[in-house]
Amino acid sequence: MAADIKELVHPLVVRVTHWINVVALLLMVASGWRIYNADPIFDFSFPDELTLGGWLAGALQWHFAAMWLLVLNGLVYVCYGIISGHFRRKLLPISPVAVLRDVRDALRGRLAHDDLSVYNAAQRAAYLALIIALIVMVLSGLAIWKPVQLYWLASLMGDYEGARLLHFFAMAAVVLIVVVHVVMVILVPRTFPTMFTGRIRRAS
Amino acid sequence: MSNKMGGSFLAHRTPQVANLERRLFLKRGLSVGALALLAGCELTDAESVQKVLWAMSGWNDRVQDWLFDPSRLAPEFPESRITRPFPFNGYYSESEVPVIDGTDYRLELGGMIRDAKPWRLPELYALPQVSQVTRHICVEGWSAIGKWSGVRFSDFLQRVGADTTAKYVGFQCADDYSTSIDMATALHPQTLLALRYADEILPPKYGFPMKLRMPTKLGFKNPKHIAAIFVTNENPGGYWEDKGYNWFSGS
Repeated sequence: MAADIKELVHPLVVRVTHWINVVALLLMVASGWRIYNADPIFDFSFPDELTLGGWLAGALQWHFAAMWLLVLNGLVYVCYGIISGHFRRKLLPISPVAVLRDVRDALRGRLAHDDLSVYNAAQRAAYLALIIALIVMVLSGLAIWKPVQLYWLASLMGDYEGARLLHFFAMAAVVLIVVVHVVMVILVPRTFPTMFTGRIRRAS
Repeated sequence: MSNKMGGSFLAHRTPQVANLERRLFLKRGLSVGALALLAGCELTDAESVQKVLWAMSGWNDRVQDWLFDPSRLAPEFPESRITRPFPFNGYYSESEVPVIDGTDYRLELGGMIRDAKPWRLPELYALPQVSQVTRHICVEGWSAIGKWSGVRFSDFLQRVGADTTAKYVGFQCADDYSTSIDMATALHPQTLLALRYADEILPPKYGFPMKLRMPTKLGFKNPKHIAAIFVTNENPGGYWEDKGYNWFSGS
């Protein structure tokens, strides 16, 4: 007799930290863009409607409040990912050949993601890259915040000005990966409810 | 004298003024986007959001105080790295820089200072001077390297018998600016009562007759055109700090 069983693909810790991270990142990026606008590094500013804080001091208050949410939540996720074996099981192994193949297939609209419990190589690369970009973003942010007290960190990144550039590019990488991620969810919408329930239905 | 100065600071921070500033901040501080974001959160009341943000800023003051290493020196640079021209910055434009007559000038002292006699400029120039080439980092994000010379502030505080167990040092400036710092930063070896920029008497745009130069704090914490210095246990706040910029703002 066949019965539907529900298989857990996203553990509770991953789902909770994912959605907290969504809120934290929205706050950090929107307030960060306002801070950027106070003294643009490049020849453009972000549209004020997309920013948070209303003016520089307001944006700084949001940025330095939400950073605690981003970092504490990130620490929980990374510790869980390492200790539970979640990263090892879901993100590894990862081979460049497989990543290129999957990216090519995805661009042709032929990338299969039938089994939601297994990430394809393009997903593995994207999620790993996002984790690394977030870590670089946090570390370069710390270096900008404390270039004297954390001089060793800032000096790794080319002092204050180097850390400031790195912070911008890490943000750009994070935003780019998130945009691709959201587009992929729109293209494969059945992945979306799973990020809340954690489970998929599988005929046994 | 300390009463007079304490009074002016108190006047600046009456509940009505604080409330007004909070409202102004609120109006400016919340864009439509912010409200839309918050609609989904428990904190729908803008006033309570502001309270949380101010409380977090206060928490960040404590974290930064804990992170501050009194013996950690800011990087110093060769003179070839100096930014030319060094940018002017202030809450007013360069054409509104106050003109101060050095001959009439007296630096007033107040609060928990034993020998609170006013200082004239030649007396300050006669004290032992030190120089530094350090990076000035603005809260806006840009930075510039400059050379400042003057009296080590910890030496000056010692000389005038300041109570260095007090918590804060406050500054009132001739351009109606004010700020205040923690005593640990006041006693930091690179904190200078700067009287010169690039080996010349401090020009008006850089804060004649003196600015407090601290490479361990953001630019706006470095007051120019200092008229009065006082030592206190009550946090005096400051011009930008009262509008929402983080008080400690350490580097």
